[in-house]
Amino acid sequence: MSVAVATTGTPLRRLGNLLYRRPNLYLLMLLIPPLLWFGAIYLGSLLNLLWQGFYTFDDFSMTVTPELTLVNFAALFNPANFDIILRTLSMAVAVSLASAALAFPIAWYMARYTTGRTKAFFYIAVMMPMWASYIVKTYAWTLLLAKGGVAQWFVQRLHLEGLLQLLLDIPGVGGSTLSTSHLGRFLVFVYIWLPFMILPIQASLERLPPSLLQASADLGAKPRQTFMQVVLPLAVPGIAAGSIFTFSLTLGDFIVPQLVGPPGYFIGSMVYAQQGAIGNMPMAAAFTLVPIVLIAVYLSIVKRLGAFDAL
Amino acid sequence: MNLLSSYRSRTMPPAVQFTEVSRTFGEVKAVDQVSIDILDGEFFSMLGPSGSGKTTCLRLIAGFEQPSSGSIRIHGSEAAGLPPYLRDVNTVFQDYALFPHMNVRDNVAYGLKVKGVAKAERYARADEALAMVALDGYATRKPAQLSGGQRQRVALARALVNRPRVLLLDEPLGALDLKLREQMQGELKKLQRKLRITFIFVTHDQTEALSMSDRVAVFNRGRIEQVDTPRNLYMQPATTFVAEFVGTSNVLRGAIAEQLSGSAQPFSIRPEHIRLDGQPGPHEVQVAGVLRDVQYQGSATRLEIVLDSGQLLAVSQANDQWLAQPQPWQPGQRVLAHWPRAAMTSLKETPA
Repeated sequence: MSVAVATTGTPLRRLGNLLYRRPNLYLLMLLIPPLLWFGAIYLGSLLNLLWQGFYTFDDFSMTVTPELTLVNFAALFNPANFDIILRTLSMAVAVSLASAALAFPIAWYMARYTTGRTKAFFYIAVMMPMWASYIVKTYAWTLLLAKGGVAQWFVQRLHLEGLLQLLLDIPGVGGSTLSTSHLGRFLVFVYIWLPFMILPIQASLERLPPSLLQASADLGAKPRQTFMQVVLPLAVPGIAAGSIFTFSLTLGDFIVPQLVGPPGYFIGSMVYAQQGAIGNMPMAAAFTLVPIVLIAVYLSIVKRLGAFDAL
Repeated sequence: MNLLSSYRSRTMPPAVQFTEVSRTFGEVKAVDQVSIDILDGEFFSMLGPSGSGKTTCLRLIAGFEQPSSGSIRIHGSEAAGLPPYLRDVNTVFQDYALFPHMNVRDNVAYGLKVKGVAKAERYARADEALAMVALDGYATRKPAQLSGGQRQRVALARALVNRPRVLLLDEPLGALDLKLREQMQGELKKLQRKLRITFIFVTHDQTEALSMSDRVAVFNRGRIEQVDTPRNLYMQPATTFVAEFVGTSNVLRGAIAEQLSGSAQPFSIRPEHIRLDGQPGPHEVQVAGVLRDVQYQGSATRLEIVLDSGQLLAVSQANDQWLAQPQPWQPGQRVLAHWPRAAMTSLKETPA
């Protein structure tokens, strides 16, 4: 009877009936476009790029030949290149840590103390900076941090020039002025990526029922113990998600390192220079592998720490 | 009984003592001038509809709320201003509030962990507490892998592991199905007798409160209407609210009350104390009406009568004869309801 019904009617109706009876076919049709996009265009081009890391670049003729070699990957461990990797990595770690520390109280306030309109206001306030062009914001920061800029004026007003000079004199952190120091670059990175940290932490704290905090206090835990034993473990998936953003975005960035901070390449700017100015596509491809490996290592460490257990 | 309780109150302070406690949220008086003494070792229930202030009272004892005025003493010492972690009371939460990232054993051992008890001892005591609620063997599971009833037991074990002198229970059986609920009621009562600690139990379910408690406080609009034993509460309700909230009752007011009882005061008569068969005796009140509805409910039959004066009267007749009888009641039939004068309780009108 049902077969008779299914085989009658317009072709469109018959197709509809067929899809209803075969939910897997329906799902497959739904997933083919994104799978094609993700598989062919995204993964395909990424693998193709990485494959080019094995090609040979002739320094003399400045040409690329498809002769396979491991020279490019080995070159990553040259002191000069390894320095770039270390510099980028330590910046990414510092930016992630600072973002987490800054984002947590904001996220806590948003999740615990705001409702309705005030919550909407905070969402917009957090996301508003993302509406402006990233390059414009970075240029704006170069002006803010420049000699005689707003930041310096503030420091002078607060009579903290001595402290600023002390910070700028620390090797590896400082530089001649804020806008040419590692500290300045760090400030800009934290400013730009902070929303990516606030929102996931806020989402994880939003799911934390208030009764858990009361239960903890009821069982005798002091506020610090409640934070360490209950709040933090349950917020860790949010912190991990946010830090994946801040960590990987810093690893891959090539604009901020060019505009703010001392001279010296970051991984991103190195890739940009290798494939653009120098035309050494194989070396650029080899450098591209570095953030991928670092993030894979980072994720496995985070997973080992149990960050995703509460998911 | 009265002698004993007055003797106890003189020698040892009540487990929890409220003196004119109020808690206001803006304009709303959640708790309004409440005074109660909850005795040590008592199973005390706070019963009332939602929003009546019973849960706020419990939260005031736990320390999640602070009173706007009045004094709360726990075992004789003033608790106002003390945070929850400095109070010798523990709570079983309505939603259980188990820590999702810890297994059952770590959940139960949490109270000991934050007090700095060594791992071996706290796990031993946690396992002991789990055995008490018949959950040995579940220690390494996560809360998400347990059923509602099992989570409830974990919450109970976790609250008892600190050996509190007062245990607060916030509608702990609300989320369980009826059978499990009745089973847990019995187990809770047994546990309380065994541990001899004070249980303060918040519920909106009057059957639950009556069947488990030594005494029950009935809450309405932030105030206590009556504090009494379950039997007295049911047999001698003090106010119209208590008569209508605890069990089912016919509350008759005005002219009909005066006609039947001789006093203008409202009175209560329980449906099961009204007879429809036989003849009224010399000490009985009688009133005529028409049967409107007959509901057979198994152990009893519920009947609704429209009195000649217009009021409704609910009547319950026990089906306690073993032999099946033809149902004698038909809607539309004229009946004479009668009950002993002593079964009527005159009530104070609860202001609406």
